[in-house]
Amino acid sequence: MSKSKRVIPGFRLTMGVSLVYLSLIVLIPLSTLVIKSSGMGMDKFLSTILEPRVVHGYLVSFGAAFIAAIINSIFGVILAWVLVRYDFPFKRFIDGIIDLPFALPTAVAGISLTTLYSQNGWIGKILYSLGIQSAFSIFGIVVALTFIGIPFVVRTIQPVLEDLDSQYEEAAMMLGASRARTFFKVIFPEISSPLLTGFGLAFARGIGEYGSVVFIAGNKPLKTEIAPLLIMSKLEQYNYGGATAIAVVMLLTSFLILFVINGIQLRNSRLKKI
Amino acid sequence: MSKTLTHKRENKVVKYSLIAISVLFLTLMLVIPLITIISQALSKGFNVYIKAVSEGYTFKAMNLTFIATIVATILNTIFGICVAWTITKFKFKGKNLLGALIDLPFAISPVIAGLVFVLTFGRGGLLEGAINTIDMKVVFAVPGIILATIFVTFPFVAREIIPLMNAQGTDEEEAAAMMGASGFQIFRKVTLPNIKWGLIYGVILCAARAMGEFGAVSVVSGHIRGKTNTLPLHVEILYNEYQFAAAFAVASILVIIAIIVLILRNIVEAQSKK
Repeated sequence: MSKSKRVIPGFRLTMGVSLVYLSLIVLIPLSTLVIKSSGMGMDKFLSTILEPRVVHGYLVSFGAAFIAAIINSIFGVILAWVLVRYDFPFKRFIDGIIDLPFALPTAVAGISLTTLYSQNGWIGKILYSLGIQSAFSIFGIVVALTFIGIPFVVRTIQPVLEDLDSQYEEAAMMLGASRARTFFKVIFPEISSPLLTGFGLAFARGIGEYGSVVFIAGNKPLKTEIAPLLIMSKLEQYNYGGATAIAVVMLLTSFLILFVINGIQLRNSRLKKI
Repeated sequence: MSKTLTHKRENKVVKYSLIAISVLFLTLMLVIPLITIISQALSKGFNVYIKAVSEGYTFKAMNLTFIATIVATILNTIFGICVAWTITKFKFKGKNLLGALIDLPFAISPVIAGLVFVLTFGRGGLLEGAINTIDMKVVFAVPGIILATIFVTFPFVAREIIPLMNAQGTDEEEAAAMMGASGFQIFRKVTLPNIKWGLIYGVILCAARAMGEFGAVSVVSGHIRGKTNTLPLHVEILYNEYQFAAAFAVASILVIIAIIVLILRNIVEAQSKK
């Protein structure tokens, strides 16, 4: 588009401010990851990320984040459904409190969950007596990641469910489809795309989460040590190269997940148009 | 009318069990952890609580948290408005790329966000020489904390107002520009009234996240008491020193802020729907 056609003023100024700020805060700092890791040589890079402790850290972070995202997807659909379709007392309170994990600092959530799920805690007491070690274990990590991921799925599905046209549902039911069948054949296809988005956001958030997990995890090497903590401990030993290598792998995997999910969404929306 | 028809057919058992599941899940995951914080904070009595909250280090931490939050929120709001203006009011190449780059910090672990600033400004870093010549300290100092806070809250304001400004189109702004209004006048008189609530919502989210940020700040802070300690970091230090009542007392300040944020969010949302 030629410049003369731009009627609205401020393109140069706002574009300039945006690019300078973006570069200073995000792009230049992020580029140091590339510079640092390319400077360390392939051998050292690989030997760092293939250390058993590091590989295990990845597995814990990705595995626990995946389980938590699945749990949040199931409860997210139920919560969104209940909030959109039903009326009941304290509905506004329930709707409001869902965002608590966004508003509450992760460290505060972390110490609270740790106290609650440790052997003497209100919930821990019950779980420990059932033989479940609920704190300082993978179980605890999943609990913390579930906590911080609660709003993602609910908040992505809710608006779609609100806008859903009820006539297809009615048609399906008039034709004799059961309630469950109507849900899975008519409603679910509509919310599957936001569900996937919400799942992806919760998953990506869980992989990188630190504050809420670090207290309840117990941080035992090769057991409950998460990848972000490994970055932290490398940094504390001034091993910047090691920290960078671990970070680069985490970052690339997170991007890959979001990229794949975006790809699926794009394909779905194209299929819909046809 | 037709909607009520579908609702009537809804099986009552399904309805109440789904509501029960939702309430149970949220009570277990959100309400009980919240109660835990308050009860732990008061577990050693009211005097211990007051003492922990009014202690000098707590004040200093509160002060630093406040400064970092204000700076991050103001800068990210200015940036958010600029970048939203560029993206929604003009056509240019690379628009999608710019949109994706804004979201980048969402996909990055807070620990990695801290790491990139250590790599940029720390020992052997890209800009270490530059900041040494002006005799400034970034890493393990206040500027680093502010930078890390800005990084993690970078997209919040932009993300809230871009969809609103997109939906609004450019007709009104073009008309105003033709009539000779300046860029700033157009923004204030034409654009701002339409995006007001979205902007306020974005600012609230940005401030809330800035206040509670833990992972990124933890990496760059160096945990120097009374100097580079924010409230969430202060909570961590107290907790790790087994001063549980004090840790939860300081945490309760953050809980109160979180609850105020949630209430504000609700008010803003109700206003924007009007």
